[in-house]
Amino acid sequence: MPTRRARIPATKYPVERFTLDNGLRVVLTPDRSAPVIGVAVVYDVGIRSEPEGRTGFAHLFEHLMFQGSENLEKLAHFRHVQGAGGTFNGSTHLDYTDYFETLPSNALERALFLEADRMRGPRLTEENLRNQVDVVKEEIRVNVLNRPYGGFPWLTLPPVMFDTFPNAHDGYGSFDDLESATVADAADFFRRYYASGNAVLAVSGDVDVTEATALIERHFGDVPARPAPKRPDFTEPDLAAERRTSYTDKLAPLPAVAGAWRVPDPVTDFAGYLPYVVLAEVLTDGDASRLVERLVQRDRSVTSLGGYLGFMGDPFDVRDPTALLLQAHLPPGGDVDKVLRTMDEELDRLATDGLTDGELARTQARMATHLLRDTDAVLGRALQMAVLEQQRGEPGLLNELPRLVGEVTEEQVRAAAATLRPERRASIEVIPGGAR
Amino acid sequence: MRAPQSRTKKGKVTATAQAGPRSLPPLGPTRKLKLPKQGERTLGNGLTVIAVRRPAVPLVELRLWMPFGRAPLARGAMLAQTILSGTQTHSATQVAAELQKVGGGLSAGVDPDRLMLSGAGLVTGLDRMLEILADVLTGATYPPDWVGTERDRLIDRIQVAQSQPAHLARTALLKRIYGKHPYAVQTPEPEQLRSVRPGVLRTLHAQRVHPADAVLVLVGDVQPERALDAAEQALSGWNGTGHTADLPPAPPLQPGPLLLVDRPGSVQSSLRIALPAVPRTHPDHAALQLANLIFGGYFSSRWVENIREDKGYTYGPHSLVEHSVAGSVLVAAAEVATEVTGPALLETTYELGRLASLPVRADELEQARQYALGTLQLGMSTQAGLASLTSAYAGNGLRLDFLAEHAARLAKATVTDVAEAAARYLAPARAVTVVLGDAERIAPQLAALTPVVTEPVQP
Repeated sequence: MPTRRARIPATKYPVERFTLDNGLRVVLTPDRSAPVIGVAVVYDVGIRSEPEGRTGFAHLFEHLMFQGSENLEKLAHFRHVQGAGGTFNGSTHLDYTDYFETLPSNALERALFLEADRMRGPRLTEENLRNQVDVVKEEIRVNVLNRPYGGFPWLTLPPVMFDTFPNAHDGYGSFDDLESATVADAADFFRRYYASGNAVLAVSGDVDVTEATALIERHFGDVPARPAPKRPDFTEPDLAAERRTSYTDKLAPLPAVAGAWRVPDPVTDFAGYLPYVVLAEVLTDGDASRLVERLVQRDRSVTSLGGYLGFMGDPFDVRDPTALLLQAHLPPGGDVDKVLRTMDEELDRLATDGLTDGELARTQARMATHLLRDTDAVLGRALQMAVLEQQRGEPGLLNELPRLVGEVTEEQVRAAAATLRPERRASIEVIPGGAR
Repeated sequence: MRAPQSRTKKGKVTATAQAGPRSLPPLGPTRKLKLPKQGERTLGNGLTVIAVRRPAVPLVELRLWMPFGRAPLARGAMLAQTILSGTQTHSATQVAAELQKVGGGLSAGVDPDRLMLSGAGLVTGLDRMLEILADVLTGATYPPDWVGTERDRLIDRIQVAQSQPAHLARTALLKRIYGKHPYAVQTPEPEQLRSVRPGVLRTLHAQRVHPADAVLVLVGDVQPERALDAAEQALSGWNGTGHTADLPPAPPLQPGPLLLVDRPGSVQSSLRIALPAVPRTHPDHAALQLANLIFGGYFSSRWVENIREDKGYTYGPHSLVEHSVAGSVLVAAAEVATEVTGPALLETTYELGRLASLPVRADELEQARQYALGTLQLGMSTQAGLASLTSAYAGNGLRLDFLAEHAARLAKATVTDVAEAAARYLAPARAVTVVLGDAERIAPQLAALTPVVTEPVQP
């Protein structure tokens, strides 16, 4: 039966870009289909930029940006956003830190005011710092220390794969480093990285471009101009030999393993990078994918499986160096070596024999659904476009992703699979130490 | 100390000077809640289909809600785990591949109220997704090899869940709240799962997977009438003469000593507090929702501002009114540092007691009201959000137009209404409290505040 290929649809979200005199870059993407807006401010600083001896500082600083600012008392930011019917958050990534709100559209000016105010300067006080160190420690306990597989593999695999501090260290931070952080450190970090020239503001949803532009000028126009710092070179050479470690997780009941391979530079070699994004899905997306069929169903050697780009699952918002990851949880007593060997075998088979009829097309159709679904949320568009502007100067790429993913060829996927050799792999095994 | 040392003087000079503090811009006029275009049809086989138009992206969301109350726990869990494992005409892999071809996917989930099939795909593939859905509903075969594999996977997954404090705390709380009610135990034991055979699953499917009282929701870039036609075309042949089963009403909460569940070595304590609540349609519901927001239902609540932003005891405390078919309950949850477990409980009881005893401030109520109304708009602004909301409402006998009614009640609730609701539902004297943590370290802290009963952790 010949395979009919689903046509990959596209979105046509309009994109307006401009730069204020102080260097702040702005992206507007109006869409009036619902009376809501997304507002995102992204600063070009993340986990990789934090200084040695200050692990976790980029994230701790993100917390401090919510503790009041020039014209806002502590707690005011939260109250003003939520009192306008909105939600907010922030998150710290390897290469950037974002701050964002989703709101009914009548709160546009309020959101701009709030973001501009903290861009001028957060209230960095000893009391707020100590309070947020405590909060962050509880966050780490919830997400890492008090649960099985905490930090696996996003915190545990980078130190196996990388040698330099920026790429290898724990981005949540050690309690010692967090407790040593000072207000002066925070002020220094702000001065250096939270510059207007180092930020992108994106607004999406139910806005009028002319009106929004005027409001942005009004609120951000007088944020003091400071240039972006030069971004350090974080590159590292590819692995020359396989790396493999293991550790015991006291709380984990089952063995687990994750392997990672370096991939082409997502920004400077996007065409070379995209086939890896598709490959990860060919291998692991759903019951009809290669590794699920083989490892879960046929061999029953793993019980759950995932494959994705980027340690934080961030295919289109991370810079080099980054990786393709495969991770698996095994049944009790499972053999990690055998699982890794089978993965190698399947990658080999893919590289050698190619894909089956329709395998690539159906994977691409499914990827289109995932990509489109992410853009339906008004905030998703603001966040993604802000980062695409910051890292590539190309926010409109968001509209193109389903099509570009759909244009990846079988040859490219095979070639990508052929590079995932054991000698280029870094892997880490979780040895279950859980009682039971 | 104010320390805006980060503000460069130089930058200040080049900026447009603005004298004095800047003031918060007012909000623009509120947009009225506007319901999307929708259609509804009941098919000859009893299936209700609701189609809602939101054309933003060329996708369609699908939710099929089937009443599943009183289904045996282990069999029900296994049915959800294996319903997509193959049909008369397609293997499991083929089902997944056929769905993928149209950008689609389906997954199954179960809880004590319902069995749910949900998914999303390219809107051009709607007919095909419905066809495959019908194939699964009418012809799932539960092949023995797949059932065996999926049983082992489910057991593994449950074992992982049972190593997570949040799951263990939830399990203990449900048992404590619901006693002998079917809601009391929601996770099957591995031993129970091991005895579930394919034949039993086929029987359960025949008994309980049928269209009467089920609701299919389709949301997306569709014309509602067209989508209803497509559903009728695909699903008219789905029949079944099985039975439904009504759940008994959930029992009222029985306050008593704090239940301390011992998890030795835990570096945090999982604090869970259950309080009475009412269903969405109850006259007190809007006021209760607002009282809950003011207590701990959003970030700008008294509880979060107290135990996180002031004391630093915890990262993400939250409280929520949970609605189920057989009853509603308010649950407040926080993971707190082991050494401050007692103090965290003290502050929690204080905030509940304060809310139940003293009227809220008008500005506090206004802020909570705006949040409740605004987040209604946000929740409706995506296809996935609309689909889940429509389905959750429909499963409880409501339609989207209830949103407007609820919004009107939120808008009208007064300080007195909220005070009365708080006194009735949020009084600490009515709380059922469970704490999971290292008993050796936290029992003395808790016992200083309230009577405590300790038991070992049970998965």
